[in-house]
Amino acid sequence: MTTIVEADPETAVTAPTRFSVNLRQSGIYIAFAAIVVLFEILTSGSLLEPQNISNIVVQNSYILILAIGMILIIIAGHIDLSAGSVVAVTGAVAAVLMVNLDVPWPLAILATLVVGALIGAWQGFWIAYFGIPAFIVTLAGMLVFRALTMTVLGNQGIGPFPDDVRTLANGFTPGFLKNIGLGVLGGADLFTLLVGLAAVAGIVAVQWRARRARIGYGQAVDTPLVFGLKIAGASVVLMFIVVQLARFKNLPWVLVLLAALVLTYTLISQRTVFGRHIYAVGGNLQAAGLSGVKVKSVTFWIFVNMGLLASVAGIIFAGRLNQAGPTAGNAFELDAIAAAFIGGAAVQGGVGKVVGAITGGLIMAVINNGMSLIGSPSERVMLVKGLVLLAAVAFDVWAKRRAGRSR
Amino acid sequence: MSSDVILRMRGITKTFPGVAALQDVNLEVRRGEIHAICGENGAGKSTLMKVLSGVYPHGSYSGEIEFDGEPCHFGGIRDSERRGIVIIHQELALIPHMSIAENIFLGNERVHRGLIDWNRTNAEAGALLRRVGLRDNPVTPAMDLGVGKQQLVEIAKALSKEVRLLILDEPTAALNESDSRHLLDLLLEFRERGITCVIISHKLNEIEAVADTTTILRDGRTIETLDMRGKDVSEDRIISGMVGRDLSHRFPPHTSVVGEEALRIEDWTVHSPTQHGRTIVDRANLSVRRGEIVGLAGLMGAGRTELAMSVFGRSYGTGITGQVYKDGVPVQLRTVGDAIAHGIAYATEDRKRYGLNLIEDIQRNVSGAALSLLAKGGWVDDNREFQVAEEYRHSLNIKAPGVGAVTGTLSGGNQQKVVLAKWIFTNPDVLILDEPTRGIDIGAKYEIYTIINRLADEGKAILVISSELPELLGICDRIYALSAGRVTGELSRADATPERLMQLMTSLKERS
Repeated sequence: MTTIVEADPETAVTAPTRFSVNLRQSGIYIAFAAIVVLFEILTSGSLLEPQNISNIVVQNSYILILAIGMILIIIAGHIDLSAGSVVAVTGAVAAVLMVNLDVPWPLAILATLVVGALIGAWQGFWIAYFGIPAFIVTLAGMLVFRALTMTVLGNQGIGPFPDDVRTLANGFTPGFLKNIGLGVLGGADLFTLLVGLAAVAGIVAVQWRARRARIGYGQAVDTPLVFGLKIAGASVVLMFIVVQLARFKNLPWVLVLLAALVLTYTLISQRTVFGRHIYAVGGNLQAAGLSGVKVKSVTFWIFVNMGLLASVAGIIFAGRLNQAGPTAGNAFELDAIAAAFIGGAAVQGGVGKVVGAITGGLIMAVINNGMSLIGSPSERVMLVKGLVLLAAVAFDVWAKRRAGRSR
Repeated sequence: MSSDVILRMRGITKTFPGVAALQDVNLEVRRGEIHAICGENGAGKSTLMKVLSGVYPHGSYSGEIEFDGEPCHFGGIRDSERRGIVIIHQELALIPHMSIAENIFLGNERVHRGLIDWNRTNAEAGALLRRVGLRDNPVTPAMDLGVGKQQLVEIAKALSKEVRLLILDEPTAALNESDSRHLLDLLLEFRERGITCVIISHKLNEIEAVADTTTILRDGRTIETLDMRGKDVSEDRIISGMVGRDLSHRFPPHTSVVGEEALRIEDWTVHSPTQHGRTIVDRANLSVRRGEIVGLAGLMGAGRTELAMSVFGRSYGTGITGQVYKDGVPVQLRTVGDAIAHGIAYATEDRKRYGLNLIEDIQRNVSGAALSLLAKGGWVDDNREFQVAEEYRHSLNIKAPGVGAVTGTLSGGNQQKVVLAKWIFTNPDVLILDEPTRGIDIGAKYEIYTIINRLADEGKAILVISSELPELLGICDRIYALSAGRVTGELSRADATPERLMQLMTSLKERS
């Protein structure tokens, strides 16, 4: 008997699906670029002014840090409603340690991070090992940790923080080298520019090596032209931001921290066994379990990680305000969740990227910032953010349904 | 003769993409009789009933349906229910937290001026319950009833719709002996009262006991209709109709080179995790040797999948007792990880629900069960991963544009190959393949058999679970039969015939 060759239409139906998957993934970056251009025009150039770029980063850093933890949780098919309260309680713990108890600040930060991880472990235990839905556990956590914040603080703000902590949250890298002139752009910090150039060189080198390796294994790669354009585009955007920052006050420390976190978590989610298991759990829980993935352990650790990142955000937020307050971090979790979904995460889990969540967070940050620059009242900002979230998820659902139909 | 025919289905053909589920099927049911429909899993019984009840609406199939002398064009299940055709599915559809009465009148509520009339609801429910021989209070939540009583509530629900033709799909599959008895008695009682019943069942002794007529389906075709009132119709007669005679060239030739014992299971007992105290697998013993392909036959509900999954790191069941030996050494397989580490692989019967991450690509599915083999210090080498996936794409002939293709877009046969690749990559000694060819076309089946033979030649021990007897007879060296959780027999390839296997699969006697 001869082997019957299956009909080829299969190959044909796969092509549009791949296209729409790509559209789903890249749509977010196109949207981000469009929003930046729109507000750059509406604000007649104020949006990308050196100081404003710095403001956008510093004012939204804690949301972006939370979004990194949140996207991993959403990929695994869970949710965390307690992040804002955890930000508050860890900020309060840091304040009590540094201000009231005079603990040296590095030690106090370390202790706060441990507290954050323990809070995550507490929630992870109930979700992973006890089997209570994350929605409920973290809803309870939202109340419990807000209450603990008030208890720890005695219902009043505690501050001021040591200068080092304030610098970390609000300050800039010192000008290690001199200022140099950039012609019409005026003076800029040489050290910052060099960091920027080093980062560009690093990106080019890493991408080039990865491309060579992929070619070596016979994998499909972009054509040299597309590859070159992508690298050049990324380099130009990066250098533009760095030059603008160098013209203002050098690099914000939180940007350095954020860059390190994005890099680390991108590697963890894409390149480690643990990261792959997060996607497997979210993509098909039963199949993951039957493939030997320790589903409960994965769930537990992503919540520990969320607690840890929330405590980082808590320290930075408190440091920036120079005070830990009872209402700190209110509704931050909602911004982080919105960032993740705008950034392409799927409600059912299994899909999403760290860079996507950061982009989603930046889209909201630019809308916030741009609309306040043109003097929109806050209710209108809220309205637009809500509609953008709805539109982003509607697009995702639509793209998925279209992909499903061509099956 | 024709005047007392209540239902006539003529020339029914229903195709799904790539598969003809029903081809020119004819069915005639006489008024007031109990009509049984028999056939192997996948023969088309449930599809035929879905056509009849309007689940597959008029226009999605070809052929004619005539009920009570009038042609029918049902657009949905409500249309057929309006005519008095009610189907009770194998999976019970009661809502657990609602009361019996609420369940009975769900979608058909007893209303007085826009509000539900609870007195009437409960009183009428009570009357219906008595008709099916239940004395329970109608306000009892459905979840407090056993499966047997739930089945009776479903029938009461059907009675509330003024049923004229009652269709029962495997009504006794989940019931114990006495509940089954009671249900069958009820059907006989209905016959006295003129309600026509169509019953789909695997339990031939029950069919013999209650049916007036039996229609046999095989591979989507009507094979024959037997008058059960003639005394010459035996279970064997039905079996030979169900299994047919052709085992021609659907299987690649293969001679196994059998080596040492790889897996042995002794006194394996498993209890249901949902129904307290119900035994799913009862003191089962079996063994598989290296290079050997062993079959596990059994009808739906016999406990085949449950047996396999409970061995595979206790993925199913509670109160598991017994001993597993790997290469003659007793082992404890408490988690799936343990099982994989001991060289055991289990490819599920339901690849979409339990086998694949359908939103991910081939590459990431292939590596899914053995990612650590591709990692150093926790870091995955995705170039190696790509290479591995590409190798399997070629060696197993997975038809896709590349390993970046999302598995949800592949055909069933190719999805099955991805599942096989995933488990072969774990480098197992024992492969348990649960329904490896379910829902895939003949050409792809042949390819899967070839892969199975190749794995056996590499010295792996293969245990194949299948509902298709020809498949087991065509590829296995030895076959165990499982019935109601018990191993009722073991046949070598030379001794195995469809008839003997079917006898073992339907017997409730333990092997002596």
